[in-house]
Amino acid sequence: MTLDYSSSFHYLVALLPECVLFVGGMGVLLAGVSKTDEQRRPELGWLALAVLAAAAVANGWLYSVSESGATAMIAVDKFRLFANWVFIVGAALTIAISLAYVSRQRLQAAEYYALIAFATVGMMVVAASRDLMIVFLGMETVSIAVYALAAFNRRDPRSAEAGLKYFLLGAFASGFLLFGIALIYGAAGSTNLQAIAVAVQDGAAAGGLMIPGMALLVTGFAFKVSAVPFHMWTPDAYEGAPTPVTAYMASAVKAAAFVAFARILFVGLDGVYDQWFPILWWIAAATMVVGNLVAVVQSSIKRMLAYSSIAHGGYLLVALVAANDAAAAGLLFYLFVYTVTTVGAFAVVVTVGRQSERDTAIEKYAGYGWRRPVLGTLMTLFLLSLAGFPGTGGFMAKFYVLQGAAEAHLWWLLVVLVLTTLVSYWYYLRVAWFMWMKEAPEGAVHRVGGATPFAIYVVLLVCGGIVLATGLLPGAAIDLAQGSVEGLRHWVAGTAPAH
Amino acid sequence: MPSSSSSGATAPFADPASSALSEAAALPVQQAAVWEPFLPWMVVLLPLLGFVANGLLALVSATRSAAAVRAGGTEDSLSLDGGRPRTHRWPTYIGPGVMIAAFLLAIVNFAGMLGADLHEPVVAGPYWTWLATSSLRIDVALHLDQLSMIMMLVVTGVGSLIHVFSVGYMRDDPGYPRYFAYLNLFVFFMLVLVLGAGYPLMFVGWEGVGLCSYLLIGYWFADREKADAGKKAFIVNRIGDFGFLLAMFLLFDNIGALDFVSVFEGAEAAFSDNRALVTTATLLFMLGAAGKSAQVPLHVWLPDAMAGPTPVSALIHAATMVTAGVYVIARSSALFALAPASQAVVAGIGALTALLAATIALRQYDIKKVLAYSTVSQLGFMFLAAGVGAYTAAVFHLVTHAFFKALLFLGAGAVIHSLHHAFHETGSKADAQDMRNMGGLRAKMPVTWAVMGIATLAIAGVWPLAGFFSKDEIIWYAGAWAGAPGNANGSWYVVFWVVALATALLTAFYMTRLMVMTFHGRSRLGDAEQRHVHDSPWVMRAPLIVLAVLSVAGGLLNVPESLRVLVFGAAPFEWLHHWLEPVTHAAAEIQVAGMGEAAHQSPVGGGELTWALISTVAALAVVGGAFAVLRKRLYRTAAEDADPRTGLALALERKWYFDEAYDRAVVRPVLALSRWCWKIVDGIVIDGFVNLAAALARLAGWTTSLFHTGQVNTYAFVLALGVLAVLGAVYLP
Repeated sequence: MTLDYSSSFHYLVALLPECVLFVGGMGVLLAGVSKTDEQRRPELGWLALAVLAAAAVANGWLYSVSESGATAMIAVDKFRLFANWVFIVGAALTIAISLAYVSRQRLQAAEYYALIAFATVGMMVVAASRDLMIVFLGMETVSIAVYALAAFNRRDPRSAEAGLKYFLLGAFASGFLLFGIALIYGAAGSTNLQAIAVAVQDGAAAGGLMIPGMALLVTGFAFKVSAVPFHMWTPDAYEGAPTPVTAYMASAVKAAAFVAFARILFVGLDGVYDQWFPILWWIAAATMVVGNLVAVVQSSIKRMLAYSSIAHGGYLLVALVAANDAAAAGLLFYLFVYTVTTVGAFAVVVTVGRQSERDTAIEKYAGYGWRRPVLGTLMTLFLLSLAGFPGTGGFMAKFYVLQGAAEAHLWWLLVVLVLTTLVSYWYYLRVAWFMWMKEAPEGAVHRVGGATPFAIYVVLLVCGGIVLATGLLPGAAIDLAQGSVEGLRHWVAGTAPAH
Repeated sequence: MPSSSSSGATAPFADPASSALSEAAALPVQQAAVWEPFLPWMVVLLPLLGFVANGLLALVSATRSAAAVRAGGTEDSLSLDGGRPRTHRWPTYIGPGVMIAAFLLAIVNFAGMLGADLHEPVVAGPYWTWLATSSLRIDVALHLDQLSMIMMLVVTGVGSLIHVFSVGYMRDDPGYPRYFAYLNLFVFFMLVLVLGAGYPLMFVGWEGVGLCSYLLIGYWFADREKADAGKKAFIVNRIGDFGFLLAMFLLFDNIGALDFVSVFEGAEAAFSDNRALVTTATLLFMLGAAGKSAQVPLHVWLPDAMAGPTPVSALIHAATMVTAGVYVIARSSALFALAPASQAVVAGIGALTALLAATIALRQYDIKKVLAYSTVSQLGFMFLAAGVGAYTAAVFHLVTHAFFKALLFLGAGAVIHSLHHAFHETGSKADAQDMRNMGGLRAKMPVTWAVMGIATLAIAGVWPLAGFFSKDEIIWYAGAWAGAPGNANGSWYVVFWVVALATALLTAFYMTRLMVMTFHGRSRLGDAEQRHVHDSPWVMRAPLIVLAVLSVAGGLLNVPESLRVLVFGAAPFEWLHHWLEPVTHAAAEIQVAGMGEAAHQSPVGGGELTWALISTVAALAVVGGAFAVLRKRLYRTAAEDADPRTGLALALERKWYFDEAYDRAVVRPVLALSRWCWKIVDGIVIDGFVNLAAALARLAGWTTSLFHTGQVNTYAFVLALGVLAVLGAVYLP
């Protein structure tokens, strides 16, 4: 069907996955009210997974819907739909690794799963928005839900601290974001991305407002994607938050911010590329260098993965700086692979920590591979993928981004990317080294009496399968990513400026 | 999976101009390509299957020992009293079995190619498309030409022998299935490296062999030093990989494709007016090759890599993986020929490496360390050959070196195995690898002595063994190109020539020293140990003998015409040269066009025959002289040998202080920088910041005590500074 916004029903159609997920999230909350029995906790998780599945169906159905023109506030394009897959997969995997954790930690299951659903709704809105106000609305929806999630374990002071820090600094950054939006509105007279682009191209946008607006907007997003030097909150928040939430923050939440950032930069701010190029160039370089270097000296695996996620943000920023079709498709592909790999790695972290916040020190992994060969093997696979080892999805993703950077002749960024990747091998392999090449200290045998929960095994196998599939036979995923960015940068047919 | 289809040229993706070009080039191929490769993918797949099977057995074994530990037992699952469990019996057949099958398939294909008189490479596949973006297409396919065929034979052939040897060597190791899993996986990646039909696929193999090398070096990981050696190898190799990746993207940007056929076809056109670019790309490839092939200054990992089991050293760190750098340069000869400056660098690094490593080998006591430095030195020879454009000589030496160095390592392994067993039986703590603890083993291990003696003469370059012909050819070409009329770097070539000659004599010396210290003179073993020392079982002895035969006869592969008299005209002269001609002729043409014909004499006069005779007589003299002098020397055992070294001896024993220099110049600064970033940039312990931020926070009505650390304020403060920096960047261009 073709959307026709003269009928208000079509607005609902355009937002179908969001609507399904939102209503379903409410349903999870209600179900939680009626069922207070502790034993029912996992059921709420399965209910949330079912809701996500319904949203996925809706998302798939949207491929058959076409929109007329590309000016509506809500985009129904493949870019959005691809991003939605990333969010849905990220959220579903997060819920799956939370099932046992939530029970063990006696968290309020209904609120927990509902918040994940609502955060995912926010991400979908962010990915769909063609209007800065909708971007802001979506970002805040995500942020507020995730602030609560980070602080969710009330019995753990570190969790509360993580939530509070994230909240205070997030609010600070939101201020910049909103201020930037206001200035851009002042310059262009609109918050619609296409209208902004036209105003910039026609020279109607006053540079005196446009440029600082752009700079503040970039700053706000740099915070959301935890780019250096706006990354300070990340390690504390990631370390303190419940581990499944950390997985969610490091994967899907980051992906949402990148998707919105990409659309704004490639569509709305394309005309001021020359102005944002140097800023993002330096931020990307600094993010890669600092993220990777600092990860080397971490002793907690959660902190290490936090810095690693900062570093990956740096690689993704390179794709933004490159700003061509290969880089845009590479960005989407990267986000998908990175999300799956990260959640997979955290699934192992949750298991090693016995569904709690224990054993997050890297030393605790000594000899783990020999005691749990399957988990150890998969963890090694995820670490290799994060490092970008050929044959894994991580390599393909990095290769794709590098290809975009080479096409844009960003040689120095390319050098920085490859060199910092080299550093990253050090800290990723360190974990593998502990797992396989160190004996567990006497008496510290992993008494994982209970078997690893079924859901975790499913997550691990799904993630491992995707990592290998995207590494060896990435054809389908790459085609999908490539098809998803077609026309994104050509916001008015044939008039997209070439760099 | 389609069996294979042959096509000379894969058209570059989305580039009509050059695809028309390659179609034109493909025409003669279709006429000449009467050869259909026979299941080439199977050669690659077999070791992978072996890895999967052995890997599963290793996991079963690990799970069982984990269960044993949980039940309160010991982790060692291998109880020899109750018979070997299945997980430790099957790898004996799977591991070497897949290798031998792959080798037979390789021979079938080799025979096919031999009969086909092929002038263009055959690309088997593509089996599937690995990556297809709008501007780049990477197919998974195999590049079959004369060069990759030689490499395939060496990898599977020498690999098979070493797998068989390992059956005896690793028999009592609790990790037996894991060992064969790693070894099979290594061979798989090595075959991908040499057969892959483009740089990306080569890179997959390149990284893969690095990973396996890391796994196998750290195989006996309980020993911290050995695990560290594995890590060092991996990191140093990554520095090389950095060069490889960048070079690859430079090629992509300028040629638009990364498969060999398109790259070599498009190279001359793409780089004809930009020689600086091709020089950069080839130098980056050189960086990658230097990392993998342990060339100065990236050689430091290879001697440490000897921490792995000895058959691993033979396979990975002597015969195959470390020669990958030579292979990548030979493969890219069409690019290197366009960049004479890069060639000079390759030759210079090669000569320097050959000399430095040979000097270090003079003063090592660990038998494997001597061989490791010897390997580094011989790899330097190969680089020197590639650098002077003598690609055939480089590949020739690669092949003969694979024979005699694998033999030397396996022989050393037999010695270590035997001594280790003896020390274990008597409870001695002495080092089974230290040559000062050996001596007089000839009577106890006659077979090992004989085969290692042959290998020593071969590597020393004594006529008529393999090393004589291959090394002579390298030295000869370095000298002959020095006199080429258009060679701007001619005087450097003279230096290379002299260095190569000197290194050859050093080689003869340190190898004789190794033989004497190990097998001759007074035995430095106790009487109790003496009784336990004996030759290896047949499963280990047979591969040694096969390799010894190859070390004797390998030189006949490429007897130059002028030396034909030395083999009484019996060999097919310059066979390898003719065989590789289709691969190297493009580079040779460019080189001759640039420099003119090589002079048919050495820089100081004299033809090839003269210098071959001089060098073999000199080598024999050194071997004989060293033997006569050293065998009379009374060595002390490692425990007694406590004299402090001084001067040059100390510098050599410390390996010219490379490790110390790296520690000071790289390791410590990087760690310090990391800590600095962490503490200063992220830890925020700068008093000024905290105080300032606290003051700001109080102004804003916050109190630091509210958040139980002052960090949030500081973070906010840094955030604000960042915003100012971004705004400043906009306004202060």
